[in-house]
Amino acid sequence: MAVGKEIKTQIGSINNTQKITSAMEMVAASKMRKAQDQMASSRPYADAIREVIGHIAQGDLEYQHPWMVEREVKRVGYIVISTDRGLCGGLNSNEFRMVLRDVQEWKEKGVDVSFAAIGSKATSFLKRVSSNIESQTSGLGDKPALNDLIGTVSVMLNAFDSGEIDRLYLVYNKFVNTMTQQPVLNQLLPLPKSETAKRSHAWDYLYEPDAKTLLDTLLRRFIESQVYQGSVENLASEQAARMVAMKAATDNAGELIDELQLIYNKARQAAITQEISEIVSGAGAV
Amino acid sequence: MAVSTVHLDVVSAEDKLFSGDVRSITVTAAEGEMGILPKHTPLLTALKPGMIRLVTDSGDEELFYVAGGIMEVQPDVVTILSDTAVRGGDLDEQAIELSIKEAREAIAHSSPDMSYAEAAAELSRAIAQLRVLQQVRKKRGK
Repeated sequence: MAVGKEIKTQIGSINNTQKITSAMEMVAASKMRKAQDQMASSRPYADAIREVIGHIAQGDLEYQHPWMVEREVKRVGYIVISTDRGLCGGLNSNEFRMVLRDVQEWKEKGVDVSFAAIGSKATSFLKRVSSNIESQTSGLGDKPALNDLIGTVSVMLNAFDSGEIDRLYLVYNKFVNTMTQQPVLNQLLPLPKSETAKRSHAWDYLYEPDAKTLLDTLLRRFIESQVYQGSVENLASEQAARMVAMKAATDNAGELIDELQLIYNKARQAAITQEISEIVSGAGAV
Repeated sequence: MAVSTVHLDVVSAEDKLFSGDVRSITVTAAEGEMGILPKHTPLLTALKPGMIRLVTDSGDEELFYVAGGIMEVQPDVVTILSDTAVRGGDLDEQAIELSIKEAREAIAHSSPDMSYAEAAAELSRAIAQLRVLQQVRKKRGK
């Protein structure tokens, strides 16, 4: 019986897709757990150094590091961290939309922008919207190493030192929980003043060995740790978003199969009924 | 509160090793050993490979080994940002002695895989680890 042959093949192909999406879901779930561990283990350092920098920003230091001085903004730089692969829901597009909105605001004030891209999705997106890509890295894999990021970060830091950019932002997806990832845009340079209450009197550190070397190392460490933390969070977000997206895809495939199965059964039943009624009416005519 | 304390955080790139109130801290800073008590004036210093000794709120002494880093002191909070840090009790004596031996050999006959500076740095790290370990032993022996 040739009834519903197309429907049968359709069901078969959806079944195959469902198998793939559910496998991807499970892979993403296990990778997410690893990424979360990684994120949790480097978070204390990032938090602690941010706190220290916050203190430093409040003090009246003998040595004013160029990274701590606000200057007139003529050009802003962005370090955009994205995923390398797709199929992770709206994760990247939400992030890019936020970047575009921010860029738009600067452009209205007549400020130019330039970018550094981490992750191949950011590279291909930024190439479409802008020609000012200073540097890019991709293929960080499941375990981003600080060494892979340093090159890109240094390019932007040098641009800041030489006065090509006057402000530097870091954009990545913050991992809130498995269901929620939030794109965030943090100002890296000049170092934002911490919001805690200012002390009334002026104070400075005692330095050992000297202020310049210490602050240079400390601030560089700070930027590196923020970018590293951003990329680890982004990785965890990617896996979580992919897991959720693939779960939705698997569920949708299941629904589609059920619907098609129903249509198929109805068509088959209709064909049988028609055949019987033809036979009965044929027998009646004889 | 009978004894004044200061909040201390010791973090390394991979882990948070200590967070809590302490009565005193002793570290190996860039220019020598240094003791920090509560209400210390703000201080920023680089750390050399060496020992962190701290006395907790309850009077217990704890020892850590750090491979270098930065310490920030505020009157009410101290933060130690270390590159690598290990709890004193987690050090492995055999591994340390092996690396001391290797470093000494590398210093004696300069080999192409390890420069003199690297070997010397490795040696100072290993010796600092060993010193921490000996302190831990001594304390346990008491």
